[in-house]
Amino acid sequence: MTTKEQRKQNVQQSFEDRMEYDELLNCMRCGFCLPSCPTYLETNRNEAASPRGRIALIKGVVDGVIEPDQDFEDQLNMCLGCRACEPVCPSGVNYGHILEEARDILESNKKRTAPEKAVRWFAFDKLFPHHQNMVRVNSLLWFYQSSGIQSVVRKSGVLKLFPDNMQTMEKVLPPIPKPSDLKSRPRHLHAEAEQKARVAFFSGCLMDTMFMKTNDATLSLLQKAGCEIVVPEDQACCGALHGHSGEKDSAKALAKRNIEAFESLQADYIILNAGGCGAFLVDYGHLLKDEPEWTERAKAFSEKIKDISEVLVEMDFHKKDLKLPKRIATYQDSCHLRNVMRTHTAPRKLLSSIEGVEFVELKEADHCCGSAGIYNLVQEEMSMQILDHKMEKVRDISPQVIVTANPGCLLQMKMGIEREGLGDQMEAVHLVDLLLEAVQ
Amino acid sequence: MISVDAREKLKSIVGNENYQDSNEMKLVYSYDATPNFQSLPDAIVSPKNTKEVSELLKTCNEYQIPIVPRGSGTNLAAGTCPTNGGIVLLFNHMKDIIEIDEDNLTVTVQPGVITLDMVNAVEEKGFFYPPDPSSMKISTMGGNLMENSGGLRGLKYGVTRDYVLGLEVVLPNGDIVQTGGKLAKDVAGYDLTRLLIGSEGTLGIITEATLKLIPMPEAKKTVLAVYEDLESAARSVSKIISDKIIPTTLEFMDQSTIKVVEDFAKVGLPVEAEAVLLIEQDGPIEVVERDMAHIEKVCKEMNAISVQVAQSEEEADALRTARRSALSALARLRPTTILEDATVPRSEIAKMVHAIKEIEEKHNVTICTFGHAGDGNLHPTCLTDARDHDELKRVEQAFEDIFVEAIKLGGTITGEHGVGEMKSPYLELKLGEAGVNAMKSIKQAFDPNNIMNPGKIFAKDERKRVVIG
Ligand SMILES: Cc1cc2nc3c(=O)[nH]c(=O)nc-3n(C[C@H](O)[C@H](O)[C@H](O)COP(=O)(O)OP(=O)(O)OC[C@H]3O[C@@H](n4cnc5c(N)ncnc54)[C@H](O)[C@@H]3O)c2cc1C
Ligand code: SF4
Ligand code: SF4
Repeated sequence: MTTKEQRKQNVQQSFEDRMEYDELLNCMRCGFCLPSCPTYLETNRNEAASPRGRIALIKGVVDGVIEPDQDFEDQLNMCLGCRACEPVCPSGVNYGHILEEARDILESNKKRTAPEKAVRWFAFDKLFPHHQNMVRVNSLLWFYQSSGIQSVVRKSGVLKLFPDNMQTMEKVLPPIPKPSDLKSRPRHLHAEAEQKARVAFFSGCLMDTMFMKTNDATLSLLQKAGCEIVVPEDQACCGALHGHSGEKDSAKALAKRNIEAFESLQADYIILNAGGCGAFLVDYGHLLKDEPEWTERAKAFSEKIKDISEVLVEMDFHKKDLKLPKRIATYQDSCHLRNVMRTHTAPRKLLSSIEGVEFVELKEADHCCGSAGIYNLVQEEMSMQILDHKMEKVRDISPQVIVTANPGCLLQMKMGIEREGLGDQMEAVHLVDLLLEAVQ
Repeated sequence: MISVDAREKLKSIVGNENYQDSNEMKLVYSYDATPNFQSLPDAIVSPKNTKEVSELLKTCNEYQIPIVPRGSGTNLAAGTCPTNGGIVLLFNHMKDIIEIDEDNLTVTVQPGVITLDMVNAVEEKGFFYPPDPSSMKISTMGGNLMENSGGLRGLKYGVTRDYVLGLEVVLPNGDIVQTGGKLAKDVAGYDLTRLLIGSEGTLGIITEATLKLIPMPEAKKTVLAVYEDLESAARSVSKIISDKIIPTTLEFMDQSTIKVVEDFAKVGLPVEAEAVLLIEQDGPIEVVERDMAHIEKVCKEMNAISVQVAQSEEEADALRTARRSALSALARLRPTTILEDATVPRSEIAKMVHAIKEIEEKHNVTICTFGHAGDGNLHPTCLTDARDHDELKRVEQAFEDIFVEAIKLGGTITGEHGVGEMKSPYLELKLGEAGVNAMKSIKQAFDPNNIMNPGKIFAKDERKRVVIG
């Protein structure tokens, strides 16, 4: 038997052993999820690119009806993981869990080249789990942007060698904060209004480096809303990136570290401002389901997770005096915030409450923007197709601001604006940045 | 199996990109919404227009390749499961709304258009297309026509068939036929339109349809009547109708259904109730008010615990959407959900509800019931596990009893989901041998080589079936 065949057999066997058959059977194939699935719609209704189709493919592999061939793997890779198929499924199929397990099986059976292994080791074991290292990478980026190298690189045309969206992505990255700013964040902040709650802040690795300004804004809003805040030092990356890249064991280790870091703080809520992380944090119970000593602790942790927008509304922040110069604003949902954390009215409520802001609903705001973690880098074509269709909808309402609630979505919408050449007419911002501007 | 020669011909008709036969594609077109049916086709073909459909059919007829036309694959009778192999024919390139004719009150569509997209388009112009199957967000008009689908508004407005004026159909020999037209009256020859509707893809391919529109009703009101026992709800249905009121909607859900639906939709359904009726009336405002007052009175007389009026269109719509999710929501409870479609005359609905309860107990199975009570069309749904063969046998027996009971009450084995392959063994129960033979000769006349969706409607074919799954 060739190694390739051997691998196929191993994969097939893992599918048989590891996929939860009851979950697969729970899909009764009604198709109610089809109209919500971006890849199904973008492929002119290819059943294989639909949630029902992907579940059937996975079941097909488990049942031994088809082999886990390249088409199968490509199809799973093309899934955005946006989970828009979940809230609409009357049977309550946990598509996200099915997908994650399937991807983990494929990844863990991959044969990687030595350099590939090294890069993954660096990214997954060294970089993301350790805030200090994130800070160091951030420093490099900062140096790149502020030293003048950036403009030299831009002029040199070196970037032309990269795919289109890499080039655009490079243009839309936010100004990177100075390394020294990153290191000195207070760990304990007092409420600036009558104290209504004690909250813990989950800073997130990307949010706390590249998007530090937004994190600062989040803390400031919480203080104004009447929250005492603790920011535990030993918190870790949420593990989503690991979990979604077939590095489940590392994800579990990170989850445990976070549970430990937060459980003794006696916080009413654990707040964050990145839907992508939140969705993973609320699912720690599932991630650690095979470790009984952790399940309860994971559940207690997850129950406290809340998006900043929810907490602000709960504390009547939208009734404060919020004001901005006149503008039309719209909101693009973060998929995981909407479909997993089920937060979608709070951000809209907050936006609508700002005097001067005319909130206009974006058609299909609940459809993924194509960012989806690192999807826009690895599935460029589909991602850009989705983004271009999104921008058509944006053009229909011509807002001056597109508001988002997740760093990935924010970059993607910035990229959309850049691609369409609309930079002089509109901008994309994170909800909390806009709110801070409005309250000041 | 498709020979190399035939494959090349088919490819030359539609282009390589519209002919697919990877394992992946075969797998995802091997099923529909029917449990326990799965079988791989040999290829998947997407024609772009009527001419290509005609050429495809000619070629398939020549090579005797089975054709399984498929909309969105939401049918519940294994109607698009390619149990004899062959090609699955898709209409994803034929999904336009060709015309909304405001003078003749018609809409002309291609078969691949999604029901709801068409409904939205005509409503935007102030028209009304009433048939609204619960799957309308996903189903195609081709599927609706070929299953003669009904919906929540069937009681007052009828089913798909009642709105079809004309069809463009491709016959298995490649001939393109126009039936009917934008006509209020037409008696030129046999009524092929009606023959083709509900024929489940066994006679020809619909490539275009002209449908009748009506003006939008002026007003609408929605109520939810709550009951402590099933039969009171069923008796309310018969009484409302015998009082000469025809509501738009008269839907029924039993307790287990209410519970799972509420679990999913969270619209505040009374989970303690044994049964609810969702009742709607539309029309001129005075009529709506008068009818609803009477309906409320009847429900209370029949021991309804409460009759709640929806306070806004959003609230009413949430209730309708919740009801539409009933079948899929039931799938939460057990691994396999098998639904039936037995239908009885409206006056017999209470007897049927009662009979289903008895059959459930007799065979020791779990049956939840919901459905279009006003149409006498119930969906007793069996919750089971396909891996438990013992239980599956009892389920089969229970369904047989339900069919027999329905026929005894003057009913039928399927009201709106079609016979497909799943119910084909029971067709004779309804039609008798002579009835089945008459239908077989029609099939023979249209499709002598039996290439159009073989194995459907009529039980057992020569080729062995490959059931996997
Ligand atoms: C949750 C759920 C709820 C449902 N609710 C209802 C309901 O309320 N009322 C109701 O009546 N049904 C209901 N159905 C059944 C089903 O949705 C309908 O029968 C629907 O019309 C099927 O549409 P489709 O596009 O999925 O067709 P498919 O399932 O793809 O095909 C249906 C039949 O039409 C044939 N066909 C499709 N297109 C063509 C064409 N162009 N030419 C020739 N033949 C063609 C196929 O061969 C097949 O026999 C429900 C199904 C589900 C899963
Ligand atoms: S995932 Fe849910 S909505 Fe989609 S086909 Fe399966 S049961 Fe239906
Ligand atoms: S996660 Fe998103 S892209 Fe993937 S199947 Fe679900 S809806 Fe489609």
